Amino acid sequence: MRRYHQAAAFAAALTILPVAEAGAHGFAGDRFFPATIQTDDPFVADEMSLPTITRVPPNVMGDQEVDFEFDIAKRITPDIGIVFSDQWIYSQPKGGPAVTGMGTFKTDLQYQLFINEPHEFMGMLGLATTWGHTGRVQALGQDDHVTLSPEFKWGKGMGDLPDSLKWLKPFAVTGNFSVDFPTRVNSNGSANQNMFNAGVAIEYSLEYLQHHVKDVGLSGPLGRLIPLVEITSSTALNRGLNGDGSTAGNGIGMGTFGVIAPGIIWAGNYYQVAAEALIPYGEQQGHGVGWMVQAHFFLDDLFPDSFGQPIFGHTAPRAARE
Amino acid sequence: MMKPRSKFLVAFAACGLFAQGASAHAFLDHASPAVGSSLPKPPAVIRIWFTQELEPAFSTIEVTDQAGKRVDADDVKVDGADRTQLYETLKPLPPGTYKVSWRVVSVDTHATQGTFSFDIGP
Repeated sequence: MRRYHQAAAFAAALTILPVAEAGAHGFAGDRFFPATIQTDDPFVADEMSLPTITRVPPNVMGDQEVDFEFDIAKRITPDIGIVFSDQWIYSQPKGGPAVTGMGTFKTDLQYQLFINEPHEFMGMLGLATTWGHTGRVQALGQDDHVTLSPEFKWGKGMGDLPDSLKWLKPFAVTGNFSVDFPTRVNSNGSANQNMFNAGVAIEYSLEYLQHHVKDVGLSGPLGRLIPLVEITSSTALNRGLNGDGSTAGNGIGMGTFGVIAPGIIWAGNYYQVAAEALIPYGEQQGHGVGWMVQAHFFLDDLFPDSFGQPIFGHTAPRAARE
Repeated sequence: MMKPRSKFLVAFAACGLFAQGASAHAFLDHASPAVGSSLPKPPAVIRIWFTQELEPAFSTIEVTDQAGKRVDADDVKVDGADRTQLYETLKPLPPGTYKVSWRVVSVDTHATQGTFSFDIGP
């Protein structure tokens, strides 16, 4: 019983922590940050991606893969949230039979560190966890161990630039940094490395241009488009080189690899859709180009009185209902 | 017997039906004077149309001059016939640049805000 009271007190304390006003999906002052695909979003939200379909660029062996991913983000309090995600994988090894199955289940516990409205700036801390043995370990090479990844995510809009640079104000940048800490050093004779991951998304919001800078006559869907380029990178921090400089274990060296993903997002009132090309770079990558499409739903707008609210702590002015 | 996948799709479609009555965050749709526009004569009223119906008690417009002084009449109203429209009368405005700051709450209590400017030429 005592433990119950402690838990209740902790939950109550969470609900009265200082909170930026709630907009859920990615508002900081005038800026609306859309949910990007490659780069983790720097805000807690009640949102759902269903589905995200990825045609993975063929790897160096020429293997083909298509992933169907689902993720759901839920606010626990107005500035603490959690994301659950998983995927179904269709893998076609070159010259071999197709293999299908579930990927590794992932969670991401998030804390909204700050939102600075005048400078359209936000930051978030997170702890991403991949849960071993939740996907097809042998057939699809999914993780057989837990990996913990502390992370920092941020977003910055350029709306505070001087008026002489008004055409640059619609630009925004979001980014993230994380380090992977696998809980096993080796799996099936291959090294599980500590990886440094970084991502950045550079966006130009036509919605911001049309509604905060200059009415240029973009009506209807055109005024809700956000062209963007995302760049991700991963770099092994250890267990990648032998004394002679050759790569060890799973063949991953100390180089950096990732994808460059130009694309476009259309963000409406209740959902957004996005499409990106995936151009790989680095020693790990093959030479083909992949693609990704996503439908993403704003649950706080679809279900404003129920599922779209944080579990603890209503975010909107209650008096507005009275 | 319905397959699990079919059950999920039906449930998801049902969610969509229930959600049809929902509102959402109110984005600016268009404004008069238009965002970033230059006007030869000062307007008597500023009107902003949003993508959602508004909650009058929590929806405001402030218009300020370059010195930061308010130049609106502080009489903001939601249009009775069109609850997506917010309007406010303005004091006589000399030539200059004016900043419009709006903050609205849609009827489902989502809050949004924004700014834009317009010029009045000589």
